[in-house]
Amino acid sequence: MASAKKFLAGWGRYPVQECITWRPERASGLYLPTPMISRGQGRSYGDAALNENGNVVLTERVNRFLDFDSDSGELRAEAGVTLAEIIDVCLPRGWFLPVTPGTKFVSLGGCIAADVHGKNHHRDGAFSSAVESFSLIVADGTVLNCSRNENSDVFWATVGGMGLTGAIKDVSLRLRPVETARVIAKHQKAQDLEQAFTLLAEEDDSNEYTVAWIDCLARGRSLGRSVVMHGRHATAEELPASKSVLATGGRKVRTLPIDLPSFALNSVSVSLFNAIYYRREGGKQKSFVTDIDRYFYPLDSIHHWNRLYGKRGFVQYQCVLPINTIDTAFEGIKRILEQLSASRRASFLAVLKRLGPESGGLLSFPQSGYTLALDLPVRGKDLFAMLDRLDDIVVKAGGRVYLAKDARLGRDSFEAMYPRLSEWREVKQRIDPNNHFDSSMARRLGLTNE
Amino acid sequence: MSEARKILILGATSAMARGTAAAFAARGDSLYLAGRDTDELTRLATDLSVRFSVTTHHGVVDIANTASHSAFVKQAATALGGLDGVILAAGYMADQADAATDFAIVERMVAVNYLGAMSVLDQCAALMAAEGQGFIVGISSVAGDRGRQSNYYYGSAKAGLTAYLSGLRNRLSSQGVHVMTVKPGFVDTAMTYGLKGMFLVASPEDIGRAIVRAVEKRRNTVYLPWFWRYIMLIIQHLPEFLFKRLKL
Repeated sequence: MASAKKFLAGWGRYPVQECITWRPERASGLYLPTPMISRGQGRSYGDAALNENGNVVLTERVNRFLDFDSDSGELRAEAGVTLAEIIDVCLPRGWFLPVTPGTKFVSLGGCIAADVHGKNHHRDGAFSSAVESFSLIVADGTVLNCSRNENSDVFWATVGGMGLTGAIKDVSLRLRPVETARVIAKHQKAQDLEQAFTLLAEEDDSNEYTVAWIDCLARGRSLGRSVVMHGRHATAEELPASKSVLATGGRKVRTLPIDLPSFALNSVSVSLFNAIYYRREGGKQKSFVTDIDRYFYPLDSIHHWNRLYGKRGFVQYQCVLPINTIDTAFEGIKRILEQLSASRRASFLAVLKRLGPESGGLLSFPQSGYTLALDLPVRGKDLFAMLDRLDDIVVKAGGRVYLAKDARLGRDSFEAMYPRLSEWREVKQRIDPNNHFDSSMARRLGLTNE
Repeated sequence: MSEARKILILGATSAMARGTAAAFAARGDSLYLAGRDTDELTRLATDLSVRFSVTTHHGVVDIANTASHSAFVKQAATALGGLDGVILAAGYMADQADAATDFAIVERMVAVNYLGAMSVLDQCAALMAAEGQGFIVGISSVAGDRGRQSNYYYGSAKAGLTAYLSGLRNRLSSQGVHVMTVKPGFVDTAMTYGLKGMFLVASPEDIGRAIVRAVEKRRNTVYLPWFWRYIMLIIQHLPEFLFKRLKL
């Protein structure tokens, strides 16, 4: 197998680092005898799947389906299989992912390594809740089967473990049945943050999935102005009988061909967009039928949308603030939005969501509370200083920052955010004492260089 | 969709073979995947049957082991319940510099790309000629069109294969069996990953779909992607006094 030196970046295109890439054609090539990190679709935002001047193993071609039982929904596949492929194969047979992030162009291995979550986390938990077991190639090249019953400590260190416990080989997961490929959605306007919190907290059959888009340039009394979007899978009865209910249908995919100039997204253009979006989307108060692609993966219809932020890239800041009392989360999010709004930084995409209980992954991100995600162009001297201040708010509230999105978190803040880090370190020390699995993120956060 | 055909893929674990198998499976054909890596063959066969809901079989064969070919081809045809098509994708390209210092590598390249290919295709041809129908696709290479200093051991074995396929096509055309020679240029596989000087690299999936289309059209020799025909036309027609001085 030959390697190729390449400049790689995560989805945020910051940072960019030179790595030695390997691209095996089959599962036996997922492991290198020298230190390495696995990389699936490169959809983590920062440096999780980078290894500056070191080995990066691309899993994109290790994507075989190994078993699918269309009666039980049990699926076994290689770690490089993407959620898009699973939907293509399984949705026409009546099965969908129980948990899905906002893009389907992610690998199974990546979904486990980041223990990703979706719009239904408050009900159904993180991605790991759909995972029955997986096999993991560990530091000496041997394969370990991991599940809740077998090597369970390694299972929970790998879930959310950012690829640092080994290379995930095969994954078994359980899909959920759906009657149709359609979603019934409903939008509500929230005039301020308080109303957004209230609407997100409502328990209702119509909000199996729920998420709020926030206009984070709104200030003063409108701070936290949002559109809260609910959704649930449509049943066959609810659709016209003539339609092929499980057909996904084609969707026009566009590609953003070039980097936009860095001034394209500024506080004027974004606030204009936000005003229009708030009025248009917030107006859809009656429920409407949409499809799985449009509902779950709106941005997947524009390939390379990350070029929107220009050549210097962007960082996504996603944090969760726990609901010890509802006020701590509310006050914390409010302070973050105030900081952001005061800095007149334009976050084109800002999302607020409620999260349910922790999964058990030692470094998993979700915890009961509210999570806020902001996309911020890498621009201006004070961006990183401002993000450090946001970290302080998060730490004080007992919350944490999502590693799959992160490119800049400091080590002290990280250690304060993840209380089960010492348990994770124990497992890492036992199965990989020489840090065979290592990444730029791991070194930055002190996960592999004691 | 037309009736499912029964197709044997030799050297099924390469990326190009996988792309081709997927393209046949996508139109509903039954497949027999043959290669050396049993675990990988099992994985590939399951993958194709899950993705495309087709019947797949698999079995081990070493293309260099010519003595095993007669029994193997019979076994594959029995498993499939007949034989409508064969794709020879088995191939072995070692580094020219390594081959220049170790003749065993040259022997291996000839054994796989040329001798073994002739042996296994002879067995398939006999079976299909007896039935009076079917097709044989031999994946040769643009490297066989003219010997170049950077790759001539491999290239000469592929040149031999190209000539063999041409003769086989000539013999079988009156017996209802179609023989197609495929000459891929640069394809994005393990063979080319990280190599310097690659350009206009095609994906294995695109090559696979193009092979299926070319079989439908009963093409004799196809360059894939198509523009390689013209690149090679130029290379083949450079006068030798000039060609021998080029660093190719």
